[in-house]
Amino acid sequence: MDILMPQLGETVAEGTLSVWAKSVGDMVQPGDVLFEIETDKTSMEITATVAGKLVAIHVEKGKTVPVGTVVAVVAQDGETVSTTPPPAAPAPVAAPAVAPAPAPVAPPVARNPLNPVVTPAKNYGPARLSDGTNVSPLARRLASQGQVNLQQIKGTGPRGQILARDVEAAIAAGGSGQRTMAAGASAQSIIAQYANTPHEVVAVDTMRKTIARRLLESKQTVPHFYLSVPVLLDALNALRADANQAAVASGSDLKLSVTDFIIKALATAMARVPEANAVWAEDRILRFSQADIGVAVAIEGGLITPVLRNVDAKSLSAVSREMKSVVARARARKLQPAEYSGGSIAISNLGMYGVHEFSAIINPPQSAILAVGGASRVPVEAADGSVRFASQMMVTLSCDHRVIDGAVGAQLLSALKTAIENPVSLLI
Amino acid sequence: MAELTYRDAVARAIAQEMERDPDVVLLGEDVAKAGGVFKATVGLYEKFGPKRVRDTPISEQAFMGAAMGAAMTGLKPVVDLMFADFAAVCWDFFANEFPKSRYMTNGQVKVPLVIRLANGSARFGAQHCQSVENWCMMIPGLKVVVPSSPVDVVGLLAASIRDPDPVIFLEHKSLYAVKGEVPDGEIVDTLGTAKILRPGKDATILALALMVPRALAAAERLKAESGIDCEVIDVRSLLPLDTRTILESLSRTGHLFTVEENPRLCGWGAEVVSIVADEAFYDLDGPPVRITTPHIPLPPAELEDLLIPSVDRIVETVRRTLTA
Repeated sequence: MDILMPQLGETVAEGTLSVWAKSVGDMVQPGDVLFEIETDKTSMEITATVAGKLVAIHVEKGKTVPVGTVVAVVAQDGETVSTTPPPAAPAPVAAPAVAPAPAPVAPPVARNPLNPVVTPAKNYGPARLSDGTNVSPLARRLASQGQVNLQQIKGTGPRGQILARDVEAAIAAGGSGQRTMAAGASAQSIIAQYANTPHEVVAVDTMRKTIARRLLESKQTVPHFYLSVPVLLDALNALRADANQAAVASGSDLKLSVTDFIIKALATAMARVPEANAVWAEDRILRFSQADIGVAVAIEGGLITPVLRNVDAKSLSAVSREMKSVVARARARKLQPAEYSGGSIAISNLGMYGVHEFSAIINPPQSAILAVGGASRVPVEAADGSVRFASQMMVTLSCDHRVIDGAVGAQLLSALKTAIENPVSLLI
Repeated sequence: MAELTYRDAVARAIAQEMERDPDVVLLGEDVAKAGGVFKATVGLYEKFGPKRVRDTPISEQAFMGAAMGAAMTGLKPVVDLMFADFAAVCWDFFANEFPKSRYMTNGQVKVPLVIRLANGSARFGAQHCQSVENWCMMIPGLKVVVPSSPVDVVGLLAASIRDPDPVIFLEHKSLYAVKGEVPDGEIVDTLGTAKILRPGKDATILALALMVPRALAAAERLKAESGIDCEVIDVRSLLPLDTRTILESLSRTGHLFTVEENPRLCGWGAEVVSIVADEAFYDLDGPPVRITTPHIPLPPAELEDLLIPSVDRIVETVRRTLTA
């Protein structure tokens, strides 16, 4: 039985084999850990599903391979298997100029008689690019196999469609490999500039690559705008102190953080302004009835944004416990891909570092991110005209204008401010 | 090597098999002394006599039943149904009896017969010119063979007669007079094999029967007028269907066209396109396009010509799709 590099989440295309737990010749039982993999944001143990003998390892430790690659072969009892590695994906064959030779015959595949056709397991990406350009299926496959960035290609087909010939021309012109936007300096020229400056070279791991790729894509393709509002915190601080004291008194280990309150307040605001609880899906908008909120968690070597689901339906204490759990697992890099995909709005809190206010980059396909600054004491005018000092923080909402217009974003922020400044409502 | 017409090829194939196997018999309306309504069985009565070449009454159900009984008890009947449209009269035999008996008796009863249908357009109107290959294709248990040339008629009809299962053999009325070279000696082809008649690199055109010469003519014009180099494949057999040849061609050209004489809805090309969507989606460099007769009853006389896919329509469709 071939052991494949598994698909871990919708958007994961490849995985790095980080640890082999078994060696060739070992006997394995269902449930035994075979190997560990590292994807863009997590690491995971892969266990055997059958009993047998590990007869071949095709992907060595440290190698990164596409999802679906045969990683190893386990021979079940009585099974004879080939231990030679499978061939790499065949290069696209040029069309013969003259009469075709007898068809290159693929080896017969064992077929399921109830479903005689075999749908390709691999998806080579969407038919339409973000600018609306259509790409033929063959062009998508060739671009994927040749690692050509379709955004860089001008289509010559009907209505500007990108065809196979356009991709082939790009490959022929040396266009293979991921290219950054035109203005980007080459790695060589950057290295040259710092040649005489003492420095250390840090290898770019998969998480860093993912952060670089996704945030570049976000800044280049998502039309951001920013709304800031000051929020008073005295009521929240008082309630939080009372609640945590009550928890201690009742012997609970619950300790609500300011972030827990802000997550819950954002969920309340999203329920009040459902237009803002939506994401852009190229040819449509997906609007949600539950509040799924991403929370940026700084971890060693980068950050990750686990998503808390259905926050509007959860109690503050449930949100707090869930946060503790995901943060702990995020730091241990043990989150499942499903736990950090989806969500419509994220929160990034740098207040604990003394940051007063900042604006964050949206984490696609989410449509907004709330940047939370630190609290400071500021003079405020009371109702009777007197001046007093109050705790205040600045929050800044980055919005994807394709989904959230200015007024909608402002309504969301206003609802958020109301919820935080009247925090008792978050307990109901 | 002899030059034979498509109708001569029918008689040649039946004679070849009758000489080889005394169990092969021929029956149908006017197949004996008259030599067939379309003159496709001329000479067989004279050669093999009234016991093996029998005229039947004008009752399709009666002679389908007779043929089935003969097949079940050891003969290998070749049955001339005349107009393919009349398959509808015999539908219980086509759908329930011929194709299911071997299966339902666990192989104890075989039905090794060949039903010959005169299929397709010939300006005979709505009830005599339908292309019914798609009707036959949708029945599990039948084989469906649709030749386009005299040599294929000989080889495929011989293979159909030797096949242990019921085969629907669709001859095209408008091809009966077409001539072609046929080698001497015994010819037996293989069911389920398509033929690449014209290699090309820009698009794959699939066709059957009368649509084959039109697809070939269209390919020559596309090459001469627009530099578009089409590969033309004669599918020849819908069941079994040679998907390997079709998909392999598509993997080289990236574009697929079907030229179908059957009406559009549920035509054989729809099934091919569905298979392509499942198995070869990422070989497609453009939408698969079906060129078919529209889904309406055929009009009388010359009006029919407006509906059946023509060389002009094939050329226009391919050119528009590839260059628009």
